[in-house]
Amino acid sequence: MKLIYHLLAATGIALASASALADKPALTVYTYDSFVSDWGPGPIITKAFQATCGCQLKLVGLEDGAALLSRLKMEGKRSRADVILGLDTSLTGEATATGLLAPHGVELSQLDLAIDWSDKVFLPYDYGHFAFVYDSDRLTAPPTSLRALVNDAGGPKIIIQDPRTSTPGLGFLLWMRQVFGNDTSEAWKKLAPRILTVTKGWSEAYGLFLEEEALMVLSYTTSPAYHRHVDKTERYRAAAFSEGHYAQIEVAAKVAHSPNQALADQFLAFMLSPEFQNIIPTTNWMYPATRSHTALPAAFNGLVSPKTTLLFDASVVARQRKIWIREWLDALTD
Amino acid sequence: MDPRVAGRAHRLNPFSLLVRDAGWFGVVAIILLIALVGGTLLVLLTASPAAVLSTQLADPYLYRVVGFTVWQASLSTLLSVLLAIPTARAFARRDQFPGRGALLRLMGLPIVTPVIVAVLGIVAVYGESGLLNRYLEPIGLSWRGHFYGLTGILLAHVFFNLPLSIRMLLPAWERIPGENWRLAAQLGMTAGQRFRQVEWPALVGVLPGTISVVFLLCFTSFAVVLVLGGGPRATTIEVAIYQALRFDFEPGLAAWLALGQLGICLILVVALHRWLRAQPVSRGLKTGQPRALGFDSVGQRWFDGILLTSVCGFVALPLAAVIWLGLNGPLARVLSNATLWSAAGRSALISTLATTLALTLAFGLTLSARRLSTRHRQQAAEGLLLAGSMTLAVPPMVIGSGLFLLLLPLGLTFDIATALVAIVNATLILPYLVRTIGPALMNSGARYQRLCLQLGMSGWQRFRLIDWPLLRKPLGFAVALAATLSFGDMGVAALFDTTGMLTLPVMLYHQLGAYRFNEAAVTALVLIVLCALVFVVVERLVGQWRS
Repeated sequence: MKLIYHLLAATGIALASASALADKPALTVYTYDSFVSDWGPGPIITKAFQATCGCQLKLVGLEDGAALLSRLKMEGKRSRADVILGLDTSLTGEATATGLLAPHGVELSQLDLAIDWSDKVFLPYDYGHFAFVYDSDRLTAPPTSLRALVNDAGGPKIIIQDPRTSTPGLGFLLWMRQVFGNDTSEAWKKLAPRILTVTKGWSEAYGLFLEEEALMVLSYTTSPAYHRHVDKTERYRAAAFSEGHYAQIEVAAKVAHSPNQALADQFLAFMLSPEFQNIIPTTNWMYPATRSHTALPAAFNGLVSPKTTLLFDASVVARQRKIWIREWLDALTD
Repeated sequence: MDPRVAGRAHRLNPFSLLVRDAGWFGVVAIILLIALVGGTLLVLLTASPAAVLSTQLADPYLYRVVGFTVWQASLSTLLSVLLAIPTARAFARRDQFPGRGALLRLMGLPIVTPVIVAVLGIVAVYGESGLLNRYLEPIGLSWRGHFYGLTGILLAHVFFNLPLSIRMLLPAWERIPGENWRLAAQLGMTAGQRFRQVEWPALVGVLPGTISVVFLLCFTSFAVVLVLGGGPRATTIEVAIYQALRFDFEPGLAAWLALGQLGICLILVVALHRWLRAQPVSRGLKTGQPRALGFDSVGQRWFDGILLTSVCGFVALPLAAVIWLGLNGPLARVLSNATLWSAAGRSALISTLATTLALTLAFGLTLSARRLSTRHRQQAAEGLLLAGSMTLAVPPMVIGSGLFLLLLPLGLTFDIATALVAIVNATLILPYLVRTIGPALMNSGARYQRLCLQLGMSGWQRFRLIDWPLLRKPLGFAVALAATLSFGDMGVAALFDTTGMLTLPVMLYHQLGAYRFNEAAVTALVLIVLCALVFVVVERLVGQWRS
């Protein structure tokens, strides 16, 4: 009998707390998978934001940045998202075109990215540079430039991602375009024999690399920080390329028709607060958007730090993406 | 018969005729299926402007993709099934060796292993720096530099589909009446003659279904083809559909591509069924191959032994690699994580929902198909089974996105995400059920239809007493396969929301996406062990497997 009372009491408490949560306004943020996972920033950020906002933060994890954008396009004005978080600069051009996003109104002086940022709609929360990560046990003299990688017929084999299905894949395509301009097709043809394979996403590529299938894999300059921090090994390093590295800047934006404008504003401002920025390095393995104001963990010391940051304007990517992907396809399927 | 009644029957419209001959159960199932696939395709088609489409559909690159898709799928199917026939035969002939049950269950595992895990296992054994290359290189046998490309794709597809084909073909031998073997012995038939006269007629009842399932699986293969194909030259239509839905957001193009894929598959599968027509089932009282007929020569024993060892070794090695990686991972940390077990629970829930739904549809379709075929409406019967097995040709992402768009105005997509994922999964596993239950029911129908009519047995009585004993073994395998496929499938969870939909495969992908490859290895191990467990339990409960 006592047990039943306990059970009833417990159910009552559970119901009460559920309704307390339901009374609070909810802020819905669409983001990508690895952001919401147990190993990503999601859980910690939810806790921190809920402690101050008097609201419930609902993170919705979609497959990746591209899935996020297509979900927004599918839902249009019916979208329940208040904020979308996790697009990168190769997708923002198309996101702007949906007309569904509103200016963020956040003061940008606190930002310290590798480049100047003045966009009024998209607010960056972290950034990184693409790089080839190599296995220093098996490769002692990695190429020192993208040109060297492309031109050296006896060079190491690489694994890359498909620009049609993956954001790093698209990033590398843009990197090639930045360095080789109109000769990109030729460059792809020269590189082709050393591309071991082209995978659907980052995970497959990195998994094959860890199984020693190739000497280099397209990833980020910050990838070695993970192996230092968690695996305690210096084995995996990023190759510094003299032309500079293409950047990935991850951004968030407010949805214009959201009924929770004030809360969304509060969340965007929170994004640049130390609480949010401090946990980015060891959960998202990227640089915080307020880099010089944020203390980085020791694992980030001495990583490859590109002197030149390469980046196309978002509108250029939106206009050229399909043409350049087609060029890539033709170069690699001839 | 009263001529007036007969006259009235002739005046019935085709639909009423179908209901009369097929029973309402199957008609409802087929209507649901067509509404689901057709509705989702239609909503996608209307979601984007038609003008852009014509130029995209006229792109020569697209036709190269179609060509490659058909080519690799045909080769993969040919290899898988051609190897599966002698192997299944060896399994049927050696029906008592120790470990046979375990080996047969092993054959159920590759297809249910999440693709990325299986690929990493395959690469660990057969890849450029894989186990085999490492050991074979010193003696000059190495395929370094040749793995990625068609070789890799075929190897992976055979890894997934050879075991599946073996399990789908095996029941054919189990259905051969003992009398036929005795007759063959009396007539002094050679091994070749026995195959043609005794085994082939039984085989042909399951072969078209098996070939079409394997073909559809290879045709729609996506991540495997990209990762092992070595570059964009190896691209399937499925990749183009993904690209259209994801990066380019052209739902109309995706729907057209899906329709094209469905059309091509339909033509090929129908042609196959025309070519391999099921032959009348021979009736007998006892099944199983009698041992003491003097068929078993020493050479045959060696042949079977070598074949079984090499096929099982080929399949087991990558799985062993996956298990080995898992055992060497941070076992305690991953296993003590409560999220893992709640994810497993959610996977089980989705799998139960999907399997129940698919099983209901499959019984509707197959029972009606049998009813049609006993009423001499063979084509309609084949049509029903075909419809049930064609859902494999429709990409889950297309059905998922279509359902999403359909339900969007209702504002329900968040609340019923679990149900949506289960529905999409059900369409994915339906073909296995239809192709396994179908032949067994047809067989039982052909054998006992007259007996049942004589005894006035129908409905539940007939199902329980006549069909069930013949059905339970193949059904056990089919249900186990369907449940585990749905359990281990990433499916379309990521289309809706992976936070609220944390299943075991989603968790695995989360770990992979966060560099946690060693933790993912443990999750994969848990997934495989649970799938094996489901196999053992379901095959024992439903299929009454002793071992």
